Amino acid sequence: MSNVPAELKYTKTHEWVRAESDGTVTVGITEHAQDLLGDMVYVELPEVGSVLKSDQDCAVVESVKAASDVYAPLAGEIVAVNEAVTDSPELVNKEPYGDGWLFRMKPANTSDLAGLLDADGYAAVVAEESH
Amino acid sequence: MGNRTPLYEAHVALGAKMVDFAGWDMPIHYGSQIEEHHQVRRDAGMFDVSHMCVVDLRGARVTDFLRYLLANDVARLTVPGKAIYSCMLNERGGVIDDLIVYYMTPVWFRMVVNAGTRNKDIAWLRRQAPSFDVEVDVQEDLAMIAVQGPNARAKAQAALGARIGAAPQLPRFAAVESGKLFIARTGYTGEDGYEIMVPAEQAEELWNELYAQEVKPCGLGARDTLRLEAGMNLYGQDMDEDTTPLVSGLTWTVAFEPQDRDFIGRPVLEAQHSAGVPQQLVGLVLEDKGVLRSHQQVYTAQGEGEITSGTFAPSLGRAVALARVPAGAVGECEVDVRGKRLKARVVKPPFVRNGQSCID
Repeated sequence: MSNVPAELKYTKTHEWVRAESDGTVTVGITEHAQDLLGDMVYVELPEVGSVLKSDQDCAVVESVKAASDVYAPLAGEIVAVNEAVTDSPELVNKEPYGDGWLFRMKPANTSDLAGLLDADGYAAVVAEESH
Repeated sequence: MGNRTPLYEAHVALGAKMVDFAGWDMPIHYGSQIEEHHQVRRDAGMFDVSHMCVVDLRGARVTDFLRYLLANDVARLTVPGKAIYSCMLNERGGVIDDLIVYYMTPVWFRMVVNAGTRNKDIAWLRRQAPSFDVEVDVQEDLAMIAVQGPNARAKAQAALGARIGAAPQLPRFAAVESGKLFIARTGYTGEDGYEIMVPAEQAEELWNELYAQEVKPCGLGARDTLRLEAGMNLYGQDMDEDTTPLVSGLTWTVAFEPQDRDFIGRPVLEAQHSAGVPQQLVGLVLEDKGVLRSHQQVYTAQGEGEITSGTFAPSLGRAVALARVPAGAVGECEVDVRGKRLKARVVKPPFVRNGQSCID
């Protein structure tokens, strides 16, 4: 069973979301997702300032095996992106919850966070997929 | 559950991620596909290729049979153990399979064909063989381990000891028997090395002996990036029954001389050759950032084409591909990568050979 930190929120499409103290959220892909994809070789990030709807595709992670879209977990504006993963895509494999984060958003409605999966809910999604 | 090779348990014990490949449960990687790729380019790695099918062909007229069956000419093989790479064509000039055939004696050739085409290949051989009184003997009890990389031969020699036999003296693209082993200096990575056929019950022991010499296990994922960097075609992607060798970068494997040799598909190839071959299989290097994948559309000054195999090339740190494009396409082109037109360049494969980049 892969690592699913209890303090994070999740989506069914394998993004994780961390609420920051300044009201923004940090987004990445889960350990399970990077494990499924394999060695990352290319990451395409959204433009800072772009305004996204919930579930809108906004980034791409590509492994040696396949390309996978990353979706905005909430409606909001992109306020920062992690340029380090563009130069070193393997960070997504090595530290999916740390230095391998993808982008930071300012949610349109902070209350939307409550609608995301908690760790148990996401673990159930992963368990469901492997059956 | 798929077919399992004699090394299945060894793969699982090593933590391999197993996937279905042509009906076989095979390791895609043992942790990191990219590290396995580098291992082969820089040192030595080993692949379980026991899913491939070994067929022995025997008979007094076996040479005549293969000269009719294959687009390349086995009459070029005069030294026992030497091999050629060839396409086996249908009457339309399409590729049924690509294969290696070893000349062992005047009455015995050994052929290695792809796992995914195994059944149709055997059926085709059995259909063509009777008129030449050739016996088609599928070797069900052989495993095969490919040991590849600049240090592969030295490490295999250390692992095998006296069982290596005369293999250290083998020229490239030749094989020799040593006891129950069949050792060939061939591969699918662009590196030197051996492909070793071993009785199934001895396969795991040999695997462990190689492992003890720090020959690292590598999966099918690395095998694919290595072969693509080496500019080698993959059957089913870069060519199939609807494409001739001439539009698949394999003209060099078709022996039109001598002109009086009749082989299956020859009239179609000759007609295509004299009418002008409409397409060619070329290499592409992506100049922009991104990853090339099969079926992406290619735009050249001569017209549109399509990528047949594409990947991120770990040895080059950029994306490369094989693509079927209109004849005469050279230089700059564009590829539709997920809705964006990215800049690429037409090059002549291979991209990497013996650890060195062949690209400017």
